[in-house]
Amino acid sequence: MRTLHREKTPEAREYDELVQRVSPRSSAGSTALALVKAFGVGGLICCVGQAIHDLGAGPLGLDDKAVSAFTSTALIFLSALLTGLGLYDRIGKFAGAGSIVPITGFANSVVSPAMEFKREGYVLGVGAKMFVVAGPVLVYGITASVLYGVIYYVIRLVQGG
Amino acid sequence: MAEKKRGAQSVLLQNRPRVLSFASMAGPKEAEGPLAGTFDETFTDDTLGEKSWERGEAKMLEHTVDLALSKARVYADAVDAFLGGDLLNQIVSASYTARQLGAPFLGLYGACSTMAESLLLGALLVDGGYADRVVCATCSHFATAERQYRFPLELGNQRTPTAQWTVTGAGATLLGRGEAKGLPLRLTAATIGRVVDKQQTDINNMGAAMAPAAADTLLAHLRDLHRSVQDYDLIVTGDLGCVGYDLMCLLCEQKGVSLDERYIDCGCEVFSPEQDVHAGGSGCGCSACCLNGWLFRRMLSGEIRRLLFLATGALMSTTTSQQGESIPAIAHAVTLEVEEG
Amino acid sequence: MMYAKVFLVGGLICAAGQLLLLYTNLTSARILVAFVTAGVVLTALGLYEPLVEWAGAGATVPLTGFGYSLATGAREAVEESGLLGALTGGVTATAAGIAAAIVFGYLASVLFTPHTKR
Repeated sequence: MRTLHREKTPEAREYDELVQRVSPRSSAGSTALALVKAFGVGGLICCVGQAIHDLGAGPLGLDDKAVSAFTSTALIFLSALLTGLGLYDRIGKFAGAGSIVPITGFANSVVSPAMEFKREGYVLGVGAKMFVVAGPVLVYGITASVLYGVIYYVIRLVQGG
Repeated sequence: MAEKKRGAQSVLLQNRPRVLSFASMAGPKEAEGPLAGTFDETFTDDTLGEKSWERGEAKMLEHTVDLALSKARVYADAVDAFLGGDLLNQIVSASYTARQLGAPFLGLYGACSTMAESLLLGALLVDGGYADRVVCATCSHFATAERQYRFPLELGNQRTPTAQWTVTGAGATLLGRGEAKGLPLRLTAATIGRVVDKQQTDINNMGAAMAPAAADTLLAHLRDLHRSVQDYDLIVTGDLGCVGYDLMCLLCEQKGVSLDERYIDCGCEVFSPEQDVHAGGSGCGCSACCLNGWLFRRMLSGEIRRLLFLATGALMSTTTSQQGESIPAIAHAVTLEVEEG
Repeated sequence: MMYAKVFLVGGLICAAGQLLLLYTNLTSARILVAFVTAGVVLTALGLYEPLVEWAGAGATVPLTGFGYSLATGAREAVEESGLLGALTGGVTATAAGIAAAIVFGYLASVLFTPHTKR
C-alpha cells in the first residue's frame, strides 16, 4: 500500500524554510497580550463558576455533589445562551483558550454545531452532528477514567483491599 | 503540432475572443473594503433572503450571471455554454445556477483557480469556432466555505496569522467571437497550469501551498510565449494572500524573474488590514469579483492595457487533509488585452 | 481571598492552553481533549485534588476539572461496587454536565440560527 505520509524531498524542505522565513510570526508583545487575555477571561469565567458554587452551597443549601452539578449546569446554560445569541464566538476571538478551556468552551463546542446543522434536519443534522467537535472530549475523557478505574481496582486487589 | 499551441503549456488565441460583458456581486464585508464601489451589486444579508447560506450562494451566482447577460442584452437561450464551478462539494452552486439558466453546462472544479480555468476553456471554445457565446462564472461564500472546510460559525476559536478569509462574492464574464460587438477587451493567450505540490500540509496557510503553482505557471507562460514581465502592465494572482505574495516574489526571483511593482494579488487587495482578515482574502469569488469589476474597469479606463490573470487553486479535500496528504495546487493564466474597435 | 485564588488558578490553566494554541498547530478540539485527559491523569496521580481544595472553581471549571470529576467518580465507584464501578463511575459523576450540554444544545438549535462571523 502506498503510504500517504511521504518523506519530504530536499526541494520541499528547502521550500519549508522559505515559508518559515516569510510567514508572519507573532511578536513577543502580541504573544504576551494573547496570554493576558486568556488568563483574564479564563480567570473571570472561573470566578463566575465560584459565585454560582457559593450560591448553591450557601443560600440554596445544596450538598457537595449537587453543588458541583448545579455549577456545571448553570455554566453550560450560560454558554449555550451566549452561543445562541452569537456572542460566544466573539468572546472566543478575543480570549482564545481563555474561553475554550473552561467548561463553557466545551458547551460552546456542543451548541455551535447543533445550531449550525439545524438546516440539515433535526435528526441527521442536529442529532448526528452535535458532537462533531466535542465528541473526542467524551471519548478520551471517559476512556481515560475507565482505564484509571480498572488500574485503581487492580491496585486495591494487589494491596489486599 | 497543433497550430495554435505554443511551447509546452500555452496557446495563442488567434481569433481573439471578446469580452461582451462582465458582472460581479459581493457581500457585506467586501462592500466595506477598499474595492467598495467596483462591484455591480452588494448585499448586507449574506443569506440573500434564502433559508440557508448554500441557497444564498447559488442565488448570488444566478443573479451575477443574469446581470452579465442583461448587460449584453443576451438571452439565456443564446448562450452556447455555461462554464462554472465553486468550492462546495459537487460544485452545487454552479449546478443550481445552470439548472436555472438552462444553457448547456460544463461544471468545473479548479478550486480558487476556477475563474481563470473557465475563461481559458471558454476562450478555447469560442476561438476554435465551437461556440458564439460562453458564460464563465464562479463564486464563493464565507459561511458555506467555513462550514465545509473548517468549523461551525458560532465556535469560539481563534484564526492563525497565516489564515485567509473566504470572500463572499461572485463574478461572471460573457465571452463572444472576436468580430462580435462588445467591449474593447480581448483574450489573446492562455497557459494551462500543472499541478504543483511542494508537500505543504498546513490548511491554514494556503498561500504557501499555492505560490509554487503560480510561479510555475507564470514562468511557463513567459517561456512558452517568449515574453517578459515587462510585456505586461499588470500581473494579477487570485488569492495567494500576503504570505503567498511574498513567496511568489521570492520564487520568481530565484528563477531570475523580478516581479517588482507590476504584480498584485487579489487576496491582498480585496480587504484592508483594518478588517482583521489576517493574511487576506481567498476563495473562487476573490479573483472572480476583483476581475469582473475593479480590474476590467481599470482596463476600460485605459489604465491597464495588457493584463495577465493568474488564478490559483488548492486542490485538497478535508478528508485527504485529515489523512495527512499534502496540498496539491494549480494555477491557470489568461492574457487580457485592451483593443479598440 | 477565595476569588483571588480562583482567578489565579483558572487564569493560569487557560493561559497554558493559550501557549499550546500559539506554539503548536493544535486546533481547539485537540486542546479540549488534551486538557480533559490531563485532568484524569493528574487526578490519578493525586496531583489535582490539592489544587481543587485550594482553588475551588479555579480548578473545577477548566476542562481539567471535567477530567477530575471523571476520575474521582470512577475511583469512588470502584470503592463502592468493584470493577463495574470503573465503567459507571466517570459518566455518573459527570452526567449532569453532559446531559445539560445535550439538552441546551438542542434547545439552542431550536431557538436560534447561527450568525456569520464579522
